[in-house]
Amino acid sequence: MVVELGHYALILALLLAAAQSFFGLAGPALGRERWLSVAPSAATGQFVFLALAVGTLVNALVQDDFSVRYVAQNSNTALPLFYRVTALWGAHEGSLLLWVTVLGGWTMAVVARLRFLPPAFGARVLGVLGLISFGFLLFTLCTSDPFARLSPAVPDGNDLNPVLQDFALAVHPPILYTGYVGFAVSFAFACAAMIEGRRDQLWARWMRPWTIIAWAFLGWGIALGSWWAYYELGWGGFWFWDPVENASFMPWLVGTALIHSLAVTDKRGLFKSWTLLLAVAAFSLSLLGTFLVRSGVLVSVHSFAADPRRGIFILVFLIVMIGGALALYAWRAPRMVSAVGFELISRESFLLFNNLLLVIAAAVVFGGTMAPLIADTLHLGTLSVGPPYFNPSFLVPMLPLLALLSLGIHARWRRGALSEARRSLLLTLGLSLVLAAALVFGVYAHPLALTPIGATLGLWIILSSLIDPVNRLRRGLRVPAAIAGMAIAHIGLGMFVVGITFVQSNTLERDVALKPGQSVQLSRYRFRYDGVESIEGPNYEGVRGTVTVTRDGEPLTVMHPEKRRFWVQGSVQTTAAIAPGLSRDLLAALGDDVGDGAYSLRLQYRPLIRFIWLGALIMAIGGVTVVVGRRQRGAGWSAARETAPLGPKAAAVSGGASTGSP
Amino acid sequence: MTPRRRRLYWVLGILAGVSIAAALALRAFEHNVMLYFDPTHIVAGEVKPGQRFRLGGMVEQGSLKRTPGSLEVSFVVTDFRHSVPVHYDKVLPDLFREGAGVVAHGRLDAHGTFIADEVLAKHDEKYMPPEVARSLKQAAASGAPAAGGTQEAR
Repeated sequence: MVVELGHYALILALLLAAAQSFFGLAGPALGRERWLSVAPSAATGQFVFLALAVGTLVNALVQDDFSVRYVAQNSNTALPLFYRVTALWGAHEGSLLLWVTVLGGWTMAVVARLRFLPPAFGARVLGVLGLISFGFLLFTLCTSDPFARLSPAVPDGNDLNPVLQDFALAVHPPILYTGYVGFAVSFAFACAAMIEGRRDQLWARWMRPWTIIAWAFLGWGIALGSWWAYYELGWGGFWFWDPVENASFMPWLVGTALIHSLAVTDKRGLFKSWTLLLAVAAFSLSLLGTFLVRSGVLVSVHSFAADPRRGIFILVFLIVMIGGALALYAWRAPRMVSAVGFELISRESFLLFNNLLLVIAAAVVFGGTMAPLIADTLHLGTLSVGPPYFNPSFLVPMLPLLALLSLGIHARWRRGALSEARRSLLLTLGLSLVLAAALVFGVYAHPLALTPIGATLGLWIILSSLIDPVNRLRRGLRVPAAIAGMAIAHIGLGMFVVGITFVQSNTLERDVALKPGQSVQLSRYRFRYDGVESIEGPNYEGVRGTVTVTRDGEPLTVMHPEKRRFWVQGSVQTTAAIAPGLSRDLLAALGDDVGDGAYSLRLQYRPLIRFIWLGALIMAIGGVTVVVGRRQRGAGWSAARETAPLGPKAAAVSGGASTGSP
Repeated sequence: MTPRRRRLYWVLGILAGVSIAAALALRAFEHNVMLYFDPTHIVAGEVKPGQRFRLGGMVEQGSLKRTPGSLEVSFVVTDFRHSVPVHYDKVLPDLFREGAGVVAHGRLDAHGTFIADEVLAKHDEKYMPPEVARSLKQAAASGAPAAGGTQEAR
């Protein structure tokens, strides 16, 4: 009975989403002022029912209600409580429910800040969000009902996929989805601005904080996924250019371009139509990602089911949403032109390069991800595109991007020279070169051709990002949140670049067969294999190896890689042992009993790998700093307070004066 | 410079940049894409000598042989019409099993043995690589003995 409650809650949420989109879009269009207040109420009601549906499913999972198919397929009486709850998004149906619920959460956040938007504009934003929610709820109810019953019920469930029984992966989907789905808000703002045909650039100011927060969550989610792959998939890789990884990376790249072009549109009123197009593109790529992952077009560890109806539904939805937005764009964008110019050496042109290079990078990833699908569809053969394509092609736009970054952040708006910052820039570049040389040739030997370049660029980004904040502090000025956030985000990027440079150049990996007592040397570390013993966990059994590590002869640590066999699904899983460190990670993974008393082992030494995830985390923190700082100062959001009369014509008249300089 | 002129330069510059990037990406693409072949393709001589490619099929029952105490391992990949011996000297993935689907990256040596540098069976045990599923289906359709005890692709 309780489970049917969840089903009805979803149907009610669907109806409320329909009401939200109808009143939100039709109200302003027909000039019905009273309809405007219906949209936020409908959104609130929708969220309540979504929360009820989620609660119902969580309850079924926790209570081991194996008469529900989803529970029977993804849970088990032996599964620990925490993973029973996170099994909510462990498979297709539940993760769709999570998707719409996260969208509902974003919608509620918009409702909470509605008073800072003109009523008609806010209603339109909610209307577009309602449309998206309606589509996804319809999809959930028609093709992937998480509350479907299983008749007859089974005594025990099929268990959660063992690779998903892990903390990082348990929290990875909600965070990733918060990012993915957050671009729906940017998309809705862009659509609302286009529907109104606004000639001002206030919409960019309103859209900015939402986009930055979504971008930060997406980056954080991707980093968590990569960290998980590193330690949980067992073999030490952290990025595979897997289509599903790419599906989340493409919106991040375009989202990065978007937050930079939004800055230009907000501050200078330039790039308006380009910014709108990027907002549409970022969300389209999020939808495409959902399509790729959920349709079963791609088979990978992330894609749950291969039901062709699902694929077709998402594809149609994708075409309607993207096609509709692009048609709107073609109709409205020509009106939203910018009249101001800028010179070659200016902040604007550097940000233009930034956008161009990021979009090229996204296109490179897109091409590599879609090529196998296209080739397969056209019967051109089955091909696979992997790191040999992605790594070099991705660097082509990335290297100039990183090289121009330090210059760009010190260029003035509108015109100009780098005159004031030139000395500091040269100084930091010189310092980076020296430091990089010391690292590349002194600390880590055997560099690749790109190692010194990557190290120099990464260090230069870090050091040059510090110039402005340090100058302000030295003159006794406070550092505005926008400046601090930007510096933090760029420092994060610099750390990431340094990390990935040395990981790619100096990783050591050996696959070996060892008998107890035998050892292997990697860099300064000696790994001695001491044998295996049997172990038993709550829902698995297996073997645990012991590997003793010494550095330069000094005892360092004892590692325990495991090989687990999960009872219910019978699947085997390698759990690598990792000795983490800021300067290097050591990894030991247990292979098989290869006979003659020996076990196969994979041993790795990866320098600075923590900088990759730490850098990504710091980038996201930088974004959050900008938004939170702006809010606390009361600028930005409340400065956006504007009372526009109803209707597109009136809204189009309200002019937007370019406000202030940074 | 008139604004019109300047805009023209901008557009030309951007176009040049994009075309260079596209050309480089296409080049990288051409050189680094791996094709997939099943044992039947190989016997038919579709693989160029020295070409690195992906081999897919089922690991034949009873074909897995280890050299005791070392990583050296050999097994036979079959699509139930033809089969190819495979040699590998790294740690095998968790889901590698006799009678299960597998995809290996590598090259053929002079004796027709596939020297694998990477073996993939990284997904859950119900997973069958789609191209392997298709190879097996084709083999079954052409009257090969039924794939006994094998898992069908979902």
